Amino acid sequence: MGLSVTDLTIDIAGRRVVDGVSFDVPDGARVGIIGESGSGKSLTALAIMGLLPEEATAGGSIRWNDRELLGLSDRELAGVRGDEIGIVFQEPQTALNPIRTVGRQIAEPIRIHEGASRKEAWARAVKAAERMLLPDPERIVKRYPHQLSGGQRQRVAIAMALVGRPRLLIADEPTTALDVTIQAEILELLRDLVDDAGMSLVFITHDLAVLSQIAEFGVVLEHGKVVESAPVATLLTSPSSPVTQGLLRDATATLWRPEGVS
Amino acid sequence: MTRYALTRLALLLVGLLVASLLIFFTLRVLPGDVAQLIAGTQGSPEQVAAIRERLGLDRPLWEQYFEWIGGVLRGDLGTSLVNGRSVGAELVQKAQVTVPLGLMSLLIALVFAVPLGVLSAVRRRRGAGTAMSVGAQTLAAVPVVWAGMMLVIVFAVWLGWLPAQGFPRTGWSTPWLAIRSLLLPAITIGIVEGAMLLRFVRSATMQAIGQDYVRTAAAKGLTKNQALLRHGLPNVGLSIITVLGLQVAGIIVGAVVIEQLFTLPGIGRMLVADVGGRDLVKVQGELLVLTGFVLIIGFLVDLVHRVLDPRQREAA
Amino acid sequence: MHRLAWLRRLWRISTGRFGLIVVAVVLIAAVVSIFWTPFDPRDVDIANRWGYPGWPHLLGTDGNGRDILSLLMAGARTTVYVAVGAGVVATVIGIAFAALGALTARWVRESVAVFIDVLIAFPVLIIAMMISAVWGGSLGVVIWSVGIGFGVNIARVTRPELRRVLHSEFVLAGKASGLSPAQNLWRHLLPNVAPVFIVQLSWSMAVAVLAEAGLSYLGFGAPVTDPSWGLLLADVQRYIGIHPLSVVWPGLTITLTVLGLNLVGDALREATDPTLSRGRDPLAPPRGAIRHVPEVVS
Repeated sequence: MGLSVTDLTIDIAGRRVVDGVSFDVPDGARVGIIGESGSGKSLTALAIMGLLPEEATAGGSIRWNDRELLGLSDRELAGVRGDEIGIVFQEPQTALNPIRTVGRQIAEPIRIHEGASRKEAWARAVKAAERMLLPDPERIVKRYPHQLSGGQRQRVAIAMALVGRPRLLIADEPTTALDVTIQAEILELLRDLVDDAGMSLVFITHDLAVLSQIAEFGVVLEHGKVVESAPVATLLTSPSSPVTQGLLRDATATLWRPEGVS
Repeated sequence: MTRYALTRLALLLVGLLVASLLIFFTLRVLPGDVAQLIAGTQGSPEQVAAIRERLGLDRPLWEQYFEWIGGVLRGDLGTSLVNGRSVGAELVQKAQVTVPLGLMSLLIALVFAVPLGVLSAVRRRRGAGTAMSVGAQTLAAVPVVWAGMMLVIVFAVWLGWLPAQGFPRTGWSTPWLAIRSLLLPAITIGIVEGAMLLRFVRSATMQAIGQDYVRTAAAKGLTKNQALLRHGLPNVGLSIITVLGLQVAGIIVGAVVIEQLFTLPGIGRMLVADVGGRDLVKVQGELLVLTGFVLIIGFLVDLVHRVLDPRQREAA
Repeated sequence: MHRLAWLRRLWRISTGRFGLIVVAVVLIAAVVSIFWTPFDPRDVDIANRWGYPGWPHLLGTDGNGRDILSLLMAGARTTVYVAVGAGVVATVIGIAFAALGALTARWVRESVAVFIDVLIAFPVLIIAMMISAVWGGSLGVVIWSVGIGFGVNIARVTRPELRRVLHSEFVLAGKASGLSPAQNLWRHLLPNVAPVFIVQLSWSMAVAVLAEAGLSYLGFGAPVTDPSWGLLLADVQRYIGIHPLSVVWPGLTITLTVLGLNLVGDALREATDPTLSRGRDPLAPPRGAIRHVPEVVS
């Protein structure tokens, strides 16, 4: 059960940008993928969702609950997306459709996967907004994305990803584009939600400090290759790869506490 | 919203005013004695003077302008110098041909350009997409007259399906005949204007494909195509509205030429005849109506776009 | 010489190459026709009318037995004349209005903006009609209508560029270091404004060719005595039923020429500004043209 990525390769325009990446995410686990920008982290996430850009080709194996995802048709993958695996992206600004109400966008996965009526779906969207600790949920769902703050938009994005009750959540740098003060709130929210539902989590970031607050296990990428993969505690106390050491140096510049490490 | 509408309305009125000034003074101030033109080369000085007095051309220009504008505001566009008929009445009569022609052309342009534009963007990596783009660009370079001629060769001369010229004398009382005679002209204008629209739609769709929110929509459980259709295209549609005004201007211009080719008794053909015949009063009125129409369409399109785009709908 | 670097880049783009070749062919045909054409284009030869392509009439003959190829070559002269003329007028008007709009006091700027917006509502054809109504049709009408119609467009597009550069740091620095305004203009303004401007210029020439065709067809363009592609179209119209091939050639020539100029314009845009970060929406086609030419991303 869970997610199993084996020897994932991604080529774009003849260049190999992800080279033999392997990691496992057992049921209920919280795995972090960390690396500098350009290391291939986001592409890995997109590959799992089947949302790679057209110019990219993927090889290797991505198994989800004993099902091979690579090679499935877009239709079959669409059935998995939002329903079994959800994803939150980095930029709340552009991730939401500017000409649709926030509520309608949250309700959409429910209508797609469960065929719920508009009323039912809307009611669940309001509940989801509530769960996301959005202020005045009944009214906020009627608003448009440009009327919300960055942090609020990201909460909406998380709601959209989770409303279909997926078993796995992928979060691709969800706090990077937000204010420092909001970052902690969003992280805490994510932790709560994942814990409550007993979901697995794949958390992507470039910041080791952030990783330490939410993940148990870390996979370090550089130039599309895995350079180290170990429990977060090990990464923090005795990293073996110079890449990790570099990340640690960057992270110690900010205050952190090794929370969330079992 | 209403504040915006009022500002735009004010700008529209100013625009109409400036247009009327431009038209009037260009026609009057450019060298060329109108009375002389009408009297012809054989006209004696007395005849010329008589014409000039009858037309009020001896009065100061500004007076003439205000008299014309005053008439326009009352709905009177003047009477023709050549055949004495009311300009307004003639316009209304010819509009029976030109307005349906314009609407049909617009419809054909949209039906042609939007699906193909979207398709060529979705299939942009395969040959079909680039082929459509190149084809559209070539089509946009075609002179509309020639396109009409080629279509006449195929559909009227070789296949004999549609008439090559003319509009039934019975007019719209025989609707099918009327439509039949407008079909080929409308198709001509439609695909030539549509070619340009196609490239715009293609470009806008390619932009939409790359948008993050389309990707998010797919991440929620839609197929990539569904995501594009349901989330990307409405945004594309919005941007198409902004170019609709330009399309209309292009269609009007196309109609002027096409009515000539197909000898359709419409406003365009009448304008050409009047310009050739130096019937200045009519030309004045016709040009004012045409440019006024374009300005009004621009204004309406602006408002519609504003209403449909929630980002602009309310005051900050 | 770095100033011609864009020309080299243009050549490398295949559509630009095609466009340049077409334009060159038309130019050469126009120049050559001054001295020589296969036949005298005015030579009427009823016995050989409606001839099919072959020897000696490479493109066949029209209803009067005139050699079509010669007619087209001679017509190229008019086309080139109109295109260049319109380009010059559009340039002058465009720069004048852009300068007016960028360099003067606020109220002048605002009124110029309104004026331009109204002028844009006048399609080139309508402007041509206005002028023809009083002056009668002529090639000058074509040149001036396209020139005004597109000049206004050029003004609209280059004005924000002009203002942007005027207020930019380079220019201020230039002023500070004691350069005369003219030198400042030359060194800083032109290289930035030139690319956008050149692109608009090639498109305006494409529109000029189409305008000449349409207006000459209507009778408001070239006088009957001049060779013109548009007049040729009007001429062969009556033979649509009898010898359709004679209709094909003039239209094809016009299409290819316009396409060539458009492609050059597109390629120029790619060659001089790969990142389309200009002030105005690159997707909005220019207005006020007989057939507005789209600037499209790819």
